[in-house]
Amino acid sequence: MVDVAKGVIELVSGKVRNKQGPLKMSDALENLGLESLDVLELTFAIEEKFNIEIPFNANTEFDFKTVGELVHAVEGLVAKKTASA
Amino acid sequence: MNRVVITGLGTVSPVGLSTQSYWAALTAGRSGFAAPTIFDAERLNTRVVAEVKGFVPADHFDARQIGFLDRVSQFAVVAAREAVAQSGLSFRDGLGERTAAIVGSGIGGQTTQDDNFKRIYAENAVRVHPLIIPRTMPNAPASQISMFFGIKGPTYAVSTACASATHSIGQAFHLVRAGAVTCAVAGGSEAQLTTGTVKAWEAMRILAPDTCRPFSRERKGMVLGEGAAILVLEPLDHAVARGAAILGEIVGFGMSADAGDLTAPDPDGMVRAMAAALADAGLVPDAIDHINAHGTGTTANDATETAALHKTFGAHAARLAISSTKSMVGHALGAAGALEAVAVVMALRDGVIPPTMNYLGPDPACDLDYVPNEARRQPIATALSNSFAFGGLNAVLAFRRFDG
Repeated sequence: MVDVAKGVIELVSGKVRNKQGPLKMSDALENLGLESLDVLELTFAIEEKFNIEIPFNANTEFDFKTVGELVHAVEGLVAKKTASA
Repeated sequence: MNRVVITGLGTVSPVGLSTQSYWAALTAGRSGFAAPTIFDAERLNTRVVAEVKGFVPADHFDARQIGFLDRVSQFAVVAAREAVAQSGLSFRDGLGERTAAIVGSGIGGQTTQDDNFKRIYAENAVRVHPLIIPRTMPNAPASQISMFFGIKGPTYAVSTACASATHSIGQAFHLVRAGAVTCAVAGGSEAQLTTGTVKAWEAMRILAPDTCRPFSRERKGMVLGEGAAILVLEPLDHAVARGAAILGEIVGFGMSADAGDLTAPDPDGMVRAMAAALADAGLVPDAIDHINAHGTGTTANDATETAALHKTFGAHAARLAISSTKSMVGHALGAAGALEAVAVVMALRDGVIPPTMNYLGPDPACDLDYVPNEARRQPIATALSNSFAFGGLNAVLAFRRFDG
């Protein structure tokens, strides 16, 4: 699961506009300067990297408030996929 | 400057294959949403689209003609036939040289494109059909209308995504008003429902899983549609001189660009386009009765459009009767503005405002009168039709009822 966290943080870091040192799990996504298309591209990049489907409709709020929440959600989806494989 | 009137309307839509059947469906609140049938949706998540149903190409074209015409051009020519027939005009005796054909499309011949790429990439085809390029090009609908009717004046396509048809009609309006041409055939056509295109829309994560409920609480996005609509425009004097039945009048057109986000709507751009249309028409905001909204059903568009209406109209915003035609026919991109223009002309003419369907109740960000769920019989004299496209391109038409 360490790999998932590292991979997600790398992808999020690539989209951050207000860089202030390394990303922390407690960082709120909305404070990172991500615009709606950044969120869309980030979701796609995570799906591609881990070959998972993140249920997300842009008409609803992005469910993950912090980097940590996003990491945990992706870890959950990866674990679910591994279990069903 | 000429006054510019409308003497023909033609429609191919998910709720009717003529203007009359389209208008009857809109006023009855009948939607065209259903599961996909015309493209392979097995690997897609999309379960609701607004297809044009019962459209049989052989009913309209012979086999040789069909070879030249993607679905997008078929829709355009069929809509133009209805509009031109209603106008009573013939373009063969010199008038064609003084007539414009301006027909928008967001993405052109997608069925042809999708089939072609599938053959090349998935089926390793050695050869492909020789007419893929002229069937696919976004100007094919404009060119086909020009050829079918002998229209030899300014002819081109406008491609501004969801605003293509509104820009097209607006350009035609300005040409006729200025006297640069005598008549114009204008509108838009779209036939985007292919596996590849719908998949790409899914990736934007703005499609509704259930239905399109513009301005409503719990709205979950847009539903993709298709179709075409065409208007015939001519100077008032020309129409009166030949005794034509006049269906309505275009009085203004405004455009703007956001120069901001690629896809997120911008209230300032919307306000500037509406203000430009009002100024072009010489109308004050308080003179407008009805708005045919862009109203896509996405969270962002509907809240932003509502904010822009407040800013443009002030206290009068609360007195506007606002409808989203997309709540019944979905979003036909490059045809949407023309389908909506037809709805506006009919609403002004009949004194019936079509409803915004699937409305569950107010969202705090959408606090105006959206004519929810039921058509309203109410005489109206003036209306705006809004189109706000991806790429930040905005176009607004102003219409007036023609009272003779």
